[in-house]
Amino acid sequence: MATVAENIQPVTLSNEEVLRYSRHLIMPEVGMEGQLKLKAAKVLCIGAGGLGSPLAMYLAAAGVGTLGIVDFDVVDFTNLQRQIIHSTEDVGRKKLDSAEASIRGINPFVVVRKFDTKLTSDNALSIFRDFDVVVDGTDNFPTRYLVNDACVLSGKPNVYGSIFRFEGQASVLATKDGPCYRCWYPEPPPPGLVPSCAEGGVLGILPGLVGVIQATETVKLILGRGELLIGRVLLVDALGMNFRQLRLRKNPDCPVCGTHPAITKLIDYQQFCGIRGEEAPVTTKVPKIQPEELKQRLDAGEDIFILDVREPHEYQICNLNGYLIPLGDLPKRVNELDSSREIVAHCRSGVRSAKAVEFLRQAGFQKVKNLVGGVLAWSDRIDPEMPKY
Amino acid sequence: MKILIPTPLRQYAAKKDTVEVPAKTVGEALSSLTSQYSDLRRHLYTDDGKLRAFVNVYLNDEDIRYLQKENTPVQESDTLSIVPSIAGGFCCPH
Repeated sequence: MATVAENIQPVTLSNEEVLRYSRHLIMPEVGMEGQLKLKAAKVLCIGAGGLGSPLAMYLAAAGVGTLGIVDFDVVDFTNLQRQIIHSTEDVGRKKLDSAEASIRGINPFVVVRKFDTKLTSDNALSIFRDFDVVVDGTDNFPTRYLVNDACVLSGKPNVYGSIFRFEGQASVLATKDGPCYRCWYPEPPPPGLVPSCAEGGVLGILPGLVGVIQATETVKLILGRGELLIGRVLLVDALGMNFRQLRLRKNPDCPVCGTHPAITKLIDYQQFCGIRGEEAPVTTKVPKIQPEELKQRLDAGEDIFILDVREPHEYQICNLNGYLIPLGDLPKRVNELDSSREIVAHCRSGVRSAKAVEFLRQAGFQKVKNLVGGVLAWSDRIDPEMPKY
Repeated sequence: MKILIPTPLRQYAAKKDTVEVPAKTVGEALSSLTSQYSDLRRHLYTDDGKLRAFVNVYLNDEDIRYLQKENTPVQESDTLSIVPSIAGGFCCPH
């Protein structure tokens, strides 16, 4: 069975640590030997969100010596329902800093290494290099495939977990003789085909269940104990409280981990998942305004009505004091808008608001423009204090 | 036989989590399912009638790709699971 035991350098435990971990030490399955392995281990958590929260907390409690965390996000109110590593007073704070503080509180012996960056094809391999195990707690397909491929290419096991509303999946992928994510799902869903999560929500407890399953598998990997979820997928159905297992086979023809891999370096995962850049076709057709021009005109005191078509929770992260009508509600709330006023519609990146402008123009609004690049561009070019998300 | 419908697809199957169909093979079972719930068809199959690569089908606990795919024979007591890939959290923000 796969272990990381071979990579471990001997370390010692202070008397304080011996007392702290006493409940591990008195168990033959862990013992001093196991606890030392945990202390010497370096685990990288991708994401300090729903899955990452319970995962990082339990790994810290267990005494994993080094925890790396990759997350560029900021805590917002809607996270608190499930991202328990962050507390109410952390809203607005970088998730990395909030997570580090929680981990320190749980176990000051843990070394936390923060990676305040989006994981990309350019940085993944170098970030992964210093770690023994990677735990995937991300929330989108391109990153899932990136993490998988980077794990296979760098020889690190990928402790995988994912959730959707009240169902979850967990497995240990990318071990030497076991399957990887691509053996399981060779291709991602094209965008737009999978039902949107935006109206779906997620049962807050669910990532707790799945994240702790991931933490469990990580600890077992480090200790070299128990039967791992290699070649198996655990399916969790929280509503029915059913746990099922499926068999997962290694595909000898897998392009990444097969006998003749076609993929030997990281690719463009956005493209692989069929996601175009932020300039989707509709954004080029509608009348637009650049952030600089909007700022200039607002500063000059011009009467411009700012329409924000994002979701309420996004408004709380940052906003331009706009009038909030989420895009999906626009058709039924259009009568709240005054077509005689000049309207600038914005969203996060300019895609949803372009759709809003198109809709409004078709509804007879003639003085409506799209803010190019949304709040992201505003943060980049006008107000760097504005958080990006 | 029983077909277990995963959460993301239940909205296309009248919100059911399980559907019973008579069938002798996996293909027949899926065919019966998509005739009853035609909206499911485009989520499970491409335009040229192939099962989508991000949806896996399991006969009990075994992936049908490693059996005889849609020709795999089934029994009444068997369970077919449709398991699409999920990515968790909130989907690619715009």
